Amino acid sequence: MQTNFQLMRKLLMVSLGMFAFGYMLVPMYEAFCLWTGSNVLSLSERESKNSMNGRASMPLNTQVDTSRTISVEFDTNVRGPWHFSPMTRSLNVHPGELVTVMFEFENIQNRTMSAQAIPSYAPQQAAAHFNKIECFCFNQYTLAPGEKKLWPVTFYINPKMSKDVKTITLSYTFFEVGASV
Amino acid sequence: MSAVLDTHGHGDHAHDDHGHAPSGWKRWVYATNHKDIGTLYLLFSFTMLMIGGVLALLIRAELFQPGLQLVNPELFNQFTTMHGLIMVFGAIMPAFVGFANWMIPLQIGASDMAFARMNNFSFWLMIPAGLMLAGSFFMPGGAPAAGWTLYAPLTLQMGPSMDAGIFAMHILGASSIMGSINIIVTILNMRAPGMTLMKMPMFAWTWRITAYLLIAVMPVLAGAITMTLTDRHFGTSFFNPAGGGDPVMYQHIFWFFGHPEVYIMILPAFGIVSQIIPAFARKKLFGYSSMVYATASIAILSFIVWAHHMYTTGMPVTGQLFFMYATMLISVPTGVKVFNWVATMWRGSMTFETPMLFAVGFIFVFTMGGFTGLILSMAPIDLQLQDGYYVVAHFHYVLVAGSLFAMFAGAYYWMPKWTGVMYKESRGKLHFWWTLIAFNVTFFPMHFLGLAGMPRRYADYPMQFADFNAIASVGAFFFGFAQVYFFFFIVLPCMLGKGEKAAQQPWEGAEGLEWEVPSPAPHHTYETPPKLNADANKVIG
Repeated sequence: MQTNFQLMRKLLMVSLGMFAFGYMLVPMYEAFCLWTGSNVLSLSERESKNSMNGRASMPLNTQVDTSRTISVEFDTNVRGPWHFSPMTRSLNVHPGELVTVMFEFENIQNRTMSAQAIPSYAPQQAAAHFNKIECFCFNQYTLAPGEKKLWPVTFYINPKMSKDVKTITLSYTFFEVGASV
Repeated sequence: MSAVLDTHGHGDHAHDDHGHAPSGWKRWVYATNHKDIGTLYLLFSFTMLMIGGVLALLIRAELFQPGLQLVNPELFNQFTTMHGLIMVFGAIMPAFVGFANWMIPLQIGASDMAFARMNNFSFWLMIPAGLMLAGSFFMPGGAPAAGWTLYAPLTLQMGPSMDAGIFAMHILGASSIMGSINIIVTILNMRAPGMTLMKMPMFAWTWRITAYLLIAVMPVLAGAITMTLTDRHFGTSFFNPAGGGDPVMYQHIFWFFGHPEVYIMILPAFGIVSQIIPAFARKKLFGYSSMVYATASIAILSFIVWAHHMYTTGMPVTGQLFFMYATMLISVPTGVKVFNWVATMWRGSMTFETPMLFAVGFIFVFTMGGFTGLILSMAPIDLQLQDGYYVVAHFHYVLVAGSLFAMFAGAYYWMPKWTGVMYKESRGKLHFWWTLIAFNVTFFPMHFLGLAGMPRRYADYPMQFADFNAIASVGAFFFGFAQVYFFFFIVLPCMLGKGEKAAQQPWEGAEGLEWEVPSPAPHHTYETPPKLNADANKVIG
């Protein structure tokens, strides 16, 4: 027969063990979900092409229309004493695909300037379907003499855009704010 | 229960006190006597029952009519949360520990609990925890309002009272674990010679299994709420999706505790009823060993059914099926118990004193709650009824009509032993019928509300639910007053020693060692191990 204290020690160990078990449930669940893929809940996630051996996977973007390719050309109009140019001249994208391109800017004057870029599209009907999520053209900038900037434009083309459009030209013109042009 | 406790042993037991028993407040604060601690537990849990009950009545008052009349929705959420926490952790669990403290040493012929000072500590820990829980209403932002299940991510966003709530749960959990260890050691090591495990009274058996459940799952709850605490203050992300955590993880850990917890709250009730039914049917308990094995099966199965609380969290169908079938499986051992009780009553010479009324009422109403549980176990139905009033009806049928009715039965059954005074039978019967009718008026309409789609935990509801809610609210107030009546007209007179003196064996058919000591039970009993007969239910010198 065990003494009372021996038994108490054992029971205390059990409760400490169960406290640890509570914490162990976290990695155990993680391993279990990875193994069975039971944390993949929607059909589209389960059937995605980039799934790991048909089980758990990253969700696939079903909005991308891979049947079409659109050529996007980037253009800049320099209307003053500064350098402004796209780092990529043209790009082939699928409608729905999220793309980021960079633009370079340098203020070569010896004064501070305030300026903003204004976009334009060709053809015109593409403008409604060209969705910019991030663009330097959203803001005005105050630029110190000699300041260099690297600016992103993140966009996707709405798959609903007319199938006739095969090429879009995105053109930025940089205007100084408050100065006479 | 001062009447009992002031009557320190005389005659045979005169030597037991050694003339230095503490008196006054020291007797209670320094209490190491299992009977004193049992009394403290019972009074504490009754106080918490009243506090939780007042919160319930505030909820019902707000829900009496559609629209917002008395409280704003934030306060309403605090009421539902605190009602649940206080009733589960403050009322039902400590009450059963109180019963265990009083009765288990008496029933197995032990002189006291194994660790008397730890027993004192586990009771007095509950006071700061109870104060912290109740006091959280006065903290900035009010009491915790995330539901008694304390689901993340809501708990990660609440005010400082959430921390108070978590600490209170930690303390209550530590107290429960100590109490359970005490009970297990007492049962395993301190039985009188001849009291083999399979001759133990059912109440001791069910508590032994309950205590195993408690030490297995209370630490898991402690883990879950500790994770919540570190998520809140120490930059971990167990349940915070922004840091790679998963709120559903909390539900899994919580219900790994939570489902065994519901059996922790009902198994001792099974034990009490298994003692009372044979006593008043004047027959041996039908299928004693099958009762023991059924209790153990329920306890084991309770570990593999937790996710039936989570069908709507987006479990795969395979998972839903597993948990659904496992849950249904529990109805088999539970059915064994119910049929055994019925078989015990079959052709017995039954009389219906108040303990028996509550025990039979328990079987009837608890079985209804069991059946609604079976309905809810089915995933396709549960998807519809989840978090609705049908669930509220279900768990009040098993917790109020189950655990609470069994505790009333036990209180009436053993009160003569505790206080040495017989309660007034007419008052007991009035309390029973009042409670039974008011209970059903309160909770039966909730089935209809749930089926009609009324969700839980809302301070307001559309017009079509108005009638049933009004009925439920009226019933709730009647139910509440019945318990006030119970305390002032039944318990208090007995505690004050007013009334007929109880015999050592007030019930004709009752068996067991608790009836082998005088009424009221002297301060010290079975100081020397008693010699028992072959059935281990009588002392033979």
